[in-house]
Amino acid sequence: MNVLPIILVITFFQIVVIQKPFPHLQETLFGFVLVIIGLFIFIQGLEQALFPLGERLAVEFALKGNVFWIVLFGFTLGFATTIAEPALTVIAQKAGEIAAEAGAIDAARDSIAGYVWGLRLTTALAVGLAGAIGVIRIIKGWPLVIFILGGYSLIILATLFAPKEIIGIAYDAGGITTSCITVPLITALGIGLASSIRGRNPMIDGFGLIALASLTPIFFVMLYGIFIFGPS
Amino acid sequence: MAKLHYIDIIFDSLFITLMGILPIILVFAFFQWAVIRKKLPHWKKLLAGMGMVVLGLAVFIVGLEECIFPLGTSMAQQLSDPAFLMGDSPSPDSLFDGRRIGAEFYVEVILFGFLIGFATTLAEPALIAVALKAREISTGAISALGLRMAVALGVGVGVALGVFRIIEGTPIQYYIITGYIFLLVQTYFAPKFIVPLAYDSGGVTTSTVTAPLLVALGLGLASNVPDSSLLLDGFGLIAFASLFPMMSVLAYAMIQKRFFSRVPDSRAKPNP
Repeated sequence: MNVLPIILVITFFQIVVIQKPFPHLQETLFGFVLVIIGLFIFIQGLEQALFPLGERLAVEFALKGNVFWIVLFGFTLGFATTIAEPALTVIAQKAGEIAAEAGAIDAARDSIAGYVWGLRLTTALAVGLAGAIGVIRIIKGWPLVIFILGGYSLIILATLFAPKEIIGIAYDAGGITTSCITVPLITALGIGLASSIRGRNPMIDGFGLIALASLTPIFFVMLYGIFIFGPS
Repeated sequence: MAKLHYIDIIFDSLFITLMGILPIILVFAFFQWAVIRKKLPHWKKLLAGMGMVVLGLAVFIVGLEECIFPLGTSMAQQLSDPAFLMGDSPSPDSLFDGRRIGAEFYVEVILFGFLIGFATTLAEPALIAVALKAREISTGAISALGLRMAVALGVGVGVALGVFRIIEGTPIQYYIITGYIFLLVQTYFAPKFIVPLAYDSGGVTTSTVTAPLLVALGLGLASNVPDSSLLLDGFGLIAFASLFPMMSVLAYAMIQKRFFSRVPDSRAKPNP
């Protein structure tokens, strides 16, 4: 059910538009079977482990009532998951190679590695910051819109000054930091926190952590770009 | 032999997924041990569930990477290849006589962008998770499938527009900034309860399934469309794919409120 649309789209384009038979029909079919089985097992585990784990910890933290620890937790979780995120590593590596080819940075191996590492570190710090701010926001019950508005204003401002080499990557870094494991955990954490604090609505206060985590990297990666390449 | 080959790859994938989940487990374990200082209840059930998450994800990713991504990528390449797009038209020069003419020839790529964005979003595990939670929290007022359809539609439109932009060569900022301004206006008029969820949907869409395909599509297009730069145009589809779902989810809630008024706008009371 979840995978059916992909099968339809790919079949349609292969037959109607490209008008060639499938190159490796058997392998493709096998791949779809794997995808369907994998997704099924993942969803079972989601309900059994990721959701309860996130919520449980949020409730425990709320019971402790120590704001410092929970904010530190928000930061650490965001930072640790992002620095280890495979998708980010891939994108940063690709961005480094393209930047070197375009002559934006020195093509020496060291300088590419430094640039890639800088991108990853910047993104991870930005997501950690988003985790910390997001948790404070839930505790205080501040409306999300203020943060989004402020964040976008900062991003638009940074876009005006950022060198054009970094802009596309910066916007992408915002989208890529949310993996299949982090998202359910963070969502459950936010909702658990909002549900266990008096006066908070899980719908209005619980969601929003992911939005913040995809906003901060855009701004900070552009800052990194300005720092590396100089303002445009 | 072929089957053995897959078992090998699944083990590799399991290892990579485990490495990805390791920092999360470390962070949780540390805070559990240092701050909460309680034994984790039902830890066997949690551990089994965690194992299922890792195994499921590993199998899922192998299926994607070994079979579906190569097909999707080669499709994106073929569709954006000038030789294919030329079709019957005789002179190769006429195709790229100014970008505006080019766009008509790219209708198939744009359609492909829309459909692949839409379809992959429906299979996105992270989105499934958020939709399940949203249904639970809203006590059914938000349907999980409805939310996923709204998000998928947004991604489809976003990718189609992003592909169009790469072909036209317009700077990305124009689209993004206009989009954000539109989004803010929409936020003002939309029912309040949906706003955080809508903004979260933007980040969720570009996870495991969609992001790699979009990057492949963007880079493929940029390397085939004349006068476009890999660095500037290749990336950036993901930005489109996370902006438009926010709008479509807000629109979904606005439409639902206007025509069905099943939305618990004022009824969503805070906790006592």
